[in-house]
Amino acid sequence: MRRSTRTRATTAVTAAVLALVVSACGGDDGGDDTDTTGGDSSDGADEASLAEGVDDGSTITMWTRAATEAQSQRLVDAYNASHENQVELTVIPTDDYLPRVGTAAGAGELPDVLSLDVVFVPQFTTAGAYLDITDRIDALPFADDLAQSHIEVGTQDGAKYVVPHTMDLSVLFYNKDLYTQAGLDPEAPPTTMEEFAEHARAIDALGGDVSGTFFGGNCGGCYVFTWWPSIWASGAEVMNEDGTESFLAEPEAQAVYDIWKGLVDDDIVAAGTQDEAGPTWTGVFPEGNIGVMPMPSTTLGLMPDTFETGVAPIPGVGGGESTFVGGDAVGISSNSEIPDAAWNFIAWTLGDEAQVEVLAQNRDVVARTDLASNQYSDQDPRLVTINEVAGVGRTPYSMRFGETFNDPQGPWLPLVRNYVFGDGTTLDQDNEAVDASLQS
Amino acid sequence: MASPVLQEHDALPAHQTTSSRVWWRTRTFQGAMYAAPAALFVLLFFVLPLLLVGQMSASEWPLLQGGQGINLPDNYAGIADDRLFWPAVGFTLKYTVIVVVVLLVLSMAMALLVQGRRRGIGLLRTAYFLPVSLGLASASLLFWGFYSPQIGPIDPVLQWLGLTDEPIRWIGTPNMALFSSIVLVVWKFAGFFMLILMVGLQSIPNEVYEAAKVDGASKVQSFFRITLPLLRPSIALCLIISVTGSLLAFDQFFILTNGGPDNSTTTVVMMIYREAFRRFDLGSAAALSVVVLLVLLLINIAQFRYLRRGADD
Repeated sequence: MRRSTRTRATTAVTAAVLALVVSACGGDDGGDDTDTTGGDSSDGADEASLAEGVDDGSTITMWTRAATEAQSQRLVDAYNASHENQVELTVIPTDDYLPRVGTAAGAGELPDVLSLDVVFVPQFTTAGAYLDITDRIDALPFADDLAQSHIEVGTQDGAKYVVPHTMDLSVLFYNKDLYTQAGLDPEAPPTTMEEFAEHARAIDALGGDVSGTFFGGNCGGCYVFTWWPSIWASGAEVMNEDGTESFLAEPEAQAVYDIWKGLVDDDIVAAGTQDEAGPTWTGVFPEGNIGVMPMPSTTLGLMPDTFETGVAPIPGVGGGESTFVGGDAVGISSNSEIPDAAWNFIAWTLGDEAQVEVLAQNRDVVARTDLASNQYSDQDPRLVTINEVAGVGRTPYSMRFGETFNDPQGPWLPLVRNYVFGDGTTLDQDNEAVDASLQS
Repeated sequence: MASPVLQEHDALPAHQTTSSRVWWRTRTFQGAMYAAPAALFVLLFFVLPLLLVGQMSASEWPLLQGGQGINLPDNYAGIADDRLFWPAVGFTLKYTVIVVVVLLVLSMAMALLVQGRRRGIGLLRTAYFLPVSLGLASASLLFWGFYSPQIGPIDPVLQWLGLTDEPIRWIGTPNMALFSSIVLVVWKFAGFFMLILMVGLQSIPNEVYEAAKVDGASKVQSFFRITLPLLRPSIALCLIISVTGSLLAFDQFFILTNGGPDNSTTTVVMMIYREAFRRFDLGSAAALSVVVLLVLLLINIAQFRYLRRGADD
């Protein structure tokens, strides 16, 4: 009898604890709902205040990944120095960023301003992690001049959720000194992929420590960033509009792979190419022994003075040019209780002062086409090249982008590696795995 | 000397001390109070998370949106269909077998080497144990730097010495990636297992060896007939820790090889991470975690039974 009483008591206590835990979890959900519905409180405000937000001394929290820390930190420092609002920037290691942000989104604990690698934005907009800022964006006097590729990826059912924050484009970097040594014209970078291969072979023939080219051969994100522009420049697509069907086994894509495979087979690529998983792939060119290779535009400022670096758009097979418009997009999180203050910071980062005096001055790509040519880019024509190619670049859209293309265990990496380093016979089968991942 | 319980018992009012029923209740209550902190800890940090994982594994649970309702048995049914699952299981088992054997043999050799009291032995013990003080993630990053074809010092040194003509692809092929990972793990953990085995060795009374010597036993006979049987509890501990740790391997592969090349070093726990934080699917990650937990439980039960039976024999 006593035992059964004790058992019942234990059961009751356990049930009570579980109920507390469940109600605690439920509490978060409720908080989310409140935050989300109450987020955009600026309905009815006039267009000017809608565009500018509020500078009332609020403390704005912001997260960014380490990869784009330098640009974000410069913007935050300049904003804090000139505004009553103060932005507290938290920088999270790039590899930890998605787990941290994903967990915070699930728990309703996102910061006011959330910066995100643009390819992951669709998953977060669909999940309701961002506030709808369509009216705020449209109220900006320069709304039409903003780089549209980031905004398009962050548009869901006609509602806009993000704007460009830091732009990172893929462009060809070439070593003008090696071009001269190889008898090539240093002012005539390749305009087709065929020319690209030709130049790489000519430079590789210099011998010694010099190699024609280099790429991240074991890095899915690197392939996407540097090879897809050639497919786009060739006039083809990599996926359908919804990002649910892969065109990566189509003849146009194969033509791009074939050119790279030819360079691999003939040993025109530098040692370590096949095993380069990403962390050091941009560190090879600055050593001065690589002729020509596609790289992120953000590394331009890191190039040494020991040789002259040229920059050109990535060409397609037979001509054309394109770029992968990467970098981070930024928006107001649905957990923010001060969306007007958060928007004040975001809107300021897109203004003339931030774009020219903070970004352009530091050789970063501007997010506005009307500022592509500015006082700083005029001093360095390479910046104009980069800023202009942004207009013809793409940011691919897929709800399953990261797990399909960036993830080392995703199906894209085997597809491209089997083709370029193997015999390529599994292309169709590998592409089916990509399709399956995109549709999962 | 009386125990605190009895002292308290002695101080109880007379009408309570005369009732055995009340005495039992009091003692039970006191016992429960002593156990309560530990029980609460286990409840909060093991039982409740486990229940939550169980609930997640039975639900559609996207990381970004939270629980969306029960979807049994979808998360469990999808595990075997994952193209990465069976290769990951195969690799994890292969890695476990190799690492456990290499670790135990090497640790035993190191323990035998440093068990005595000789000049300079302390230095040797410290040197062997030093890698243990480094975190596994830090050690993995260190070895990644060593192996890197771009920044690693090993290849240039080997080429300078004329031992190799070209850089070695330390993590570029499946076999080399496995080998390089095992080198890291053995370097990192051999000292730890050496310590456990050394303590075990030092607890074996010298008289036993002396008696065996008097009976004419050789050193090899002493090792197999005395050392190994008496060291059984220490070996069992090492075996259980190393098997469990290897089956749950994550950090070293996540940092050193990223599961590559071509998914050849993807472990089961890396799959759990991928499901949760790259595919944002906590439901399937939880289902995989539950399966791994059950398998580990079975393996540990089997190990304990085997080792206990051996001890009884």
